[in-house]
Amino acid sequence: MSDHEHDHDHPPIADGDEPPAAARVRALEALLVDKGIIAHEDVREGIDWLVSRTPADGARLVARAWVDPAYKERLLADGRAAARELGIDPGPAPVLVAVENTDRVHHMVVCTLCSCYPRGLLGPPPDWYKSLPYRSRAVSDPRGVLAEFGTTLDDDVELRVLDSTADIRYLVIPRRPDGTEDLAEDELAALVTRDAMIGVVAPAAPAAARS
Amino acid sequence: MSYRPGQRVRVEAREHQGHHRTPAYLKGKTGTVERVHAAFRNPETRAYGSDGLPEQPLYLVGFAQRDVWPDYRGRADDRLFVDVFEHWLQEAQ
Repeated sequence: MSDHEHDHDHPPIADGDEPPAAARVRALEALLVDKGIIAHEDVREGIDWLVSRTPADGARLVARAWVDPAYKERLLADGRAAARELGIDPGPAPVLVAVENTDRVHHMVVCTLCSCYPRGLLGPPPDWYKSLPYRSRAVSDPRGVLAEFGTTLDDDVELRVLDSTADIRYLVIPRRPDGTEDLAEDELAALVTRDAMIGVVAPAAPAAARS
Repeated sequence: MSYRPGQRVRVEAREHQGHHRTPAYLKGKTGTVERVHAAFRNPETRAYGSDGLPEQPLYLVGFAQRDVWPDYRGRADDRLFVDVFEHWLQEAQ
């Protein structure tokens, strides 16, 4: 692939340890830039935006929903508007749906077709979320997958798996842990982990309860 | 928007050559419309350089896990919710 001639310039395509997909992506980027469809700066800006997002943004939404029932209703009704209300850019996905875990219903999220994920609120997805075993077993054996994350649901809890196959992104509002009545909103947010907002674990227990 | 929440729908079992967003495990399965999202550009034509118009309505459809996986090991009322475009759905009883 490196010994070829054509009418545009691009950095040499490395072989060696580079995965084939990386070489292909760089070749595609070079072609798109060459044709004037995108600029290198667009790609860099996109990557910068993506890595600037972290689960701390999603955690702020959840903590606010825990302390403010009216905000929770707005979050459940329109996730993008609720994110903007806190000054958080929800990203390019046109619809953000928040779903609430309760003592009767537990939600977990997967994208069986690829890696659809609320990147604007959680940052890049973890590798396991994109792995074939998670993507296939989260729909066919979700309770088995939860058990591997150390999550066992009570017998009377209905499990709902959301397969985000299209334009919608899903965010799980986990249950507020017991013993957190006296915590401030930012202390609550610190308990809300990425995996809890995917729905594979419960939020962290408060430090006082752990010790 | 041809369908409304609570309506029973069946995912068409047809083959489709090329990019599409209907998971294979769902084809031929019957579920219930949970939510009507909105209409979006069609990924099946958008993937090949078209504008994806006309937009296709998108639904969140809920399926009983036991209807999707006959040997499902969880609770009888566990459910699986999937976003499905209207042109993959037909009315069911």
